[in-house]
Amino acid sequence: MTRTLVVAGHGMVGHRVVQALRERDRTGSWRIVVLAEESRPAYDRVALSSYVDGWRADDLTLPGAEFADDELVELRLGDPVRRVDRAARTVVTSAGVEHRYDALVLATGSRPFVPPVPGHDLPGCHVYRTIEDLDGIRADTGSSAVGVVVGGGLLGLEAANALRLLGVDTHVVELAPRLMPLQVDEGGGALLRRQVERLGLTVHCGVSTKEVVAGPDGRVGAVRLADGSTLDADLVVFSAGIRPRDDLAAAAGLAIGERGGVVVDDGCRTADPHVYAVGECACLDGRVYGLVGPGYAMAEVVADRLLGGAATFPGADLSTKLKLLGVDVASFGDAHAVTDRALEVVHNDPISGSYKKLVVSDDARTLLGGVLVGDASGYALLRPLVGRPLPADPGALVAPSGGAGVGVGVGALPDDAQVCSCHAVTKATIADAITGGGCADVAAIKGCTKAGTGCGSCVPMLRQLLADCGVEQSSALCEHFDHSRAELFEIARSTGIRTFSQLIERHGRGRGCDICKPTVASVLASLGGGHVLDGEQAALQDTNDHFLANIQRNGTYSVVPRIPGGEITAEKLIVIGEVAKDFGLYTKITGAQRIDLLGATVDQLPKIWRRLVDAGFESGHAYGKALRTVKSCVGTTWCRYGVQDSVSLAIELELRYRGLRAPHKLKSAVSGCARECAEARGKDFGIIATEQGWNLYVGGNGGFTPRHAELLVSDVDAAELIRLIDRFLMFYVRTADRLQRTATWIEAMDGGLDHLRAVIVDDSLGICAELESAMARHVAGYADEWRGVLDDPDKLARFSSFVNAPGTPDATISFREERGQRVPVSLGIPEVVRQ
Amino acid sequence: MTAIQERVWTPVCRHADLLPERGAAALLPLGVQVALFRTHDGQVHALANVDPFSGAAVLSRGIVGDRAGRQVVVSPIYKQAFDLRSGECLDDPAVSVEVYPARVVDDVVQVCSP
Ligand code: SRM
Ligand SMILES: Cc1cc2nc3c(=O)[nH]c(=O)nc-3n(C[C@H](O)[C@H](O)[C@H](O)COP(=O)(O)OP(=O)(O)OC[C@H]3O[C@@H](n4cnc5c(N)ncnc54)[C@H](O)[C@@H]3O)c2cc1C
Ligand code: SF4
Ligand code: FES
Repeated sequence: MTRTLVVAGHGMVGHRVVQALRERDRTGSWRIVVLAEESRPAYDRVALSSYVDGWRADDLTLPGAEFADDELVELRLGDPVRRVDRAARTVVTSAGVEHRYDALVLATGSRPFVPPVPGHDLPGCHVYRTIEDLDGIRADTGSSAVGVVVGGGLLGLEAANALRLLGVDTHVVELAPRLMPLQVDEGGGALLRRQVERLGLTVHCGVSTKEVVAGPDGRVGAVRLADGSTLDADLVVFSAGIRPRDDLAAAAGLAIGERGGVVVDDGCRTADPHVYAVGECACLDGRVYGLVGPGYAMAEVVADRLLGGAATFPGADLSTKLKLLGVDVASFGDAHAVTDRALEVVHNDPISGSYKKLVVSDDARTLLGGVLVGDASGYALLRPLVGRPLPADPGALVAPSGGAGVGVGVGALPDDAQVCSCHAVTKATIADAITGGGCADVAAIKGCTKAGTGCGSCVPMLRQLLADCGVEQSSALCEHFDHSRAELFEIARSTGIRTFSQLIERHGRGRGCDICKPTVASVLASLGGGHVLDGEQAALQDTNDHFLANIQRNGTYSVVPRIPGGEITAEKLIVIGEVAKDFGLYTKITGAQRIDLLGATVDQLPKIWRRLVDAGFESGHAYGKALRTVKSCVGTTWCRYGVQDSVSLAIELELRYRGLRAPHKLKSAVSGCARECAEARGKDFGIIATEQGWNLYVGGNGGFTPRHAELLVSDVDAAELIRLIDRFLMFYVRTADRLQRTATWIEAMDGGLDHLRAVIVDDSLGICAELESAMARHVAGYADEWRGVLDDPDKLARFSSFVNAPGTPDATISFREERGQRVPVSLGIPEVVRQ
Repeated sequence: MTAIQERVWTPVCRHADLLPERGAAALLPLGVQVALFRTHDGQVHALANVDPFSGAAVLSRGIVGDRAGRQVVVSPIYKQAFDLRSGECLDDPAVSVEVYPARVVDDVVQVCSP
């Protein structure tokens, strides 16, 4: 017999109830009627703020939200439930339609709390919960509007950011003495405030809103605060907390919690066995959960109960990790140290913008909770440790580089600790999948346990667990090749194979992927494969190499012309300026002595490069795993301390190695004396002038793990120097792994730097002549990639926005102004932590 | 909810305009952007062009290949793989992109949209 379930409310949790029930109810024993107040199917409210980023409601669509092909689900939009008659087991909607139910799930969510200050309902006052709310806010924001957000919690800050992106001059008013009072403590709040103010928002903490005052037009004109000050304002957004929508239940005589919410048991059932409540309208053990994760868990419980199961909702902790206005914020466990005699261990570094607090038991042995602001990388490891013995001294755990990343290994976690909090996977489950289930890499663990498939922050721990379990990480490039990059290089070199199809047919399997295709493309390029977009090679390149430009977050590209050694004439600077002006590009001096032009669309790239090439510029390969720049200092030509002509050498080197494709990017610099103004020791190969000649350093980099380059040879002349660099680079190109920079390559080498010196200085393997001639071929074969495109109509044809409408601009790209230049309209979407 | 929807086939380009194992973007009526792919076997597939993880309209510019036997395109921004047939994201099965029926008639690629 088919029974009828009525779901009141089609928000995120109501939707999950339907999905979960339809997934489990194989025999179709329930017919579902969803009665929704909003005029559109459930959407991703958590990502609501990203709506500002293009105003496309479709982007918030939840998969399957319309139940289009499901005969058993009837979705009725825009007609809310008005009344529940528990005796008759019916609900009546606003339009007067009556539905009978065997079970009723209340999933009515919550409403924004609007403090009843005078003027709170003037035109120009808004709340922040639905797509329509945001449309309303947008309609009220003129060009130079001033906005006041009442409430400095999570949602208030999101609202403030939305206003900021709309170009509104924004104030945040928070009653508590700090921002995000629920999640962070005073120290964290202070740091957060500084970061938020840096974005141009004005913050008023510890003061309440007294009144919204009407202007002459009867709309919002100003906001008066309790401290007597007045903020002129054109609009107000109230974001001062939420209240469960429990009125239906209350009117039907069901119990309501002290602070609101429909009272339910751990099966999410009210006192009436036919009525359930889930999500933000439910109150369990006196608690209402304002996060989507616990709501989803409740939805699963109800689906199970409806099919006769006995699942229970165990309660959820309110640990969260989010990115708010670009700042990482995490809080977990007893963040406010309310546990009796709890101790707080704090590391506060305002300079680097990081605040870390651990709350521990009075003997400093057990972790109780914590707050991380600015650098929340320790969250994944610390959160599962709550309530457990600390693996190290708490001071060491919050110290700068100790973080939780280095100080504590995943090995320190107990077996039942959650490693992946998105999918609630414990260390034991993962270890089991590795040792018992035979998972030999991260991908296999993902498939088998779901760990790592949410926010991804636990993936480094998965890798560590693999290593701890003694699984040797295979050197196979990917599922298509059992070989490493170095082995593939040797295969291609010795067999003469020069196409990907041949290589994968004879030495691999399948059709290739985003890992092996660009790797093989790089190998073929190093072996003199012609233009990177020739023939089949074009399909192997990732988007940067395919469009010879660097992709940016909004799908536009950046253009970086080569400026060898950082030396540039006034004429060329003017050309860059004119091109930027004519195409409306954002310009920035990069960290590597050149100029980045950002915001170009695919179809603009050839037009921009036509102008640049005509003025004598060429590709700077900022997009490639290739030589980037050779930085220089002014050297003897100008500097009173210089002992060699560093600029001339830098230019010579940059022109010699330009276009060289490598396992990773390559950077270099030349300094004119030991003062080292060009930072040569931070480069893959760096040269420092001496009275007698040049010192060559190798294996340096900045980036994630900075390393100083080490001295390979000293006081050599220019000819010897270049010979050694030729050998060094070719040896690296042939033998390094994919994405392995020179430092890690040397480190991984048996014998390290000494071995390298033996090979390329003393020629211990007898390969130096060959390495040199390979480099000579590269130098002779160099041609500017961009000129190659401009001269070839077939290649040019690919630079169009749409195959069927080449001139039409991509409507998803929009810009706003910042400091007089165009920058993309974009918004940090908060990470959802599913629990 | 069952609804009957009108569908239209829009001709977008010649089959030969598409490079094997590479994508191209096309514009459908009402401004809908699709990413078109021609796989090694000559078939064409169309997915929504907007990458759900970044919001950028770039899926057409991803690398085409296979993963565990499924034909995929990999987003050029954060590298998630999407099944060319179902639109499902292999790295996060809770996420998927719209699939549009695509066919080749007399060397002309056509895409179907609501
Ligand atoms: C534009 C620029 C920042 C700036 O405005 O100054 C920049 C921008 C990017 N860097 Fe950088 N890096 C830039 C100088 C640097 C420097 C400084 C330098 O070169 O002197 C470093 C540290 C030095 C070093 O590389 O050792 C640097 C270390 C990185 C790293 C970390 C590398 C590492 O080994 O840890 C990455 C990530 C990577 O390559 O995998 C990276 C990656 C990137 C990427 C390509 C990220 C991406 O995939 O989108 C950025 C986009 C480039 C673009 O133009 O769209 N960038 N990046 C600089 C371009 C320099 C140029 O003219 O080519
Ligand atoms: C801007 C913003 C950012 C957020 N960020 C996060 C985050 O990062 N992480 C996180 O975990 N959570 C976040 N949340 C909270 C999250 O969105 C909610 O926890 C979640 O949406 C709750 O789902 P729900 O179904 O219980 O309620 P809702 O999504 O509010 O859905 C309830 C639905 O019921 C309808 N309804 C009400 N009464 C009736 C009636 N009588 N009849 C019919 N329908 C009715 C309402 O119109 C609504 O559509 C955020 C919320 C907002 C607004
Ligand atoms: S490195 Fe030496 S020569 Fe170059 S600018 Fe600095 S002090 Fe002058
Ligand atoms: S913690 Fe594992 S994916 Fe988020």
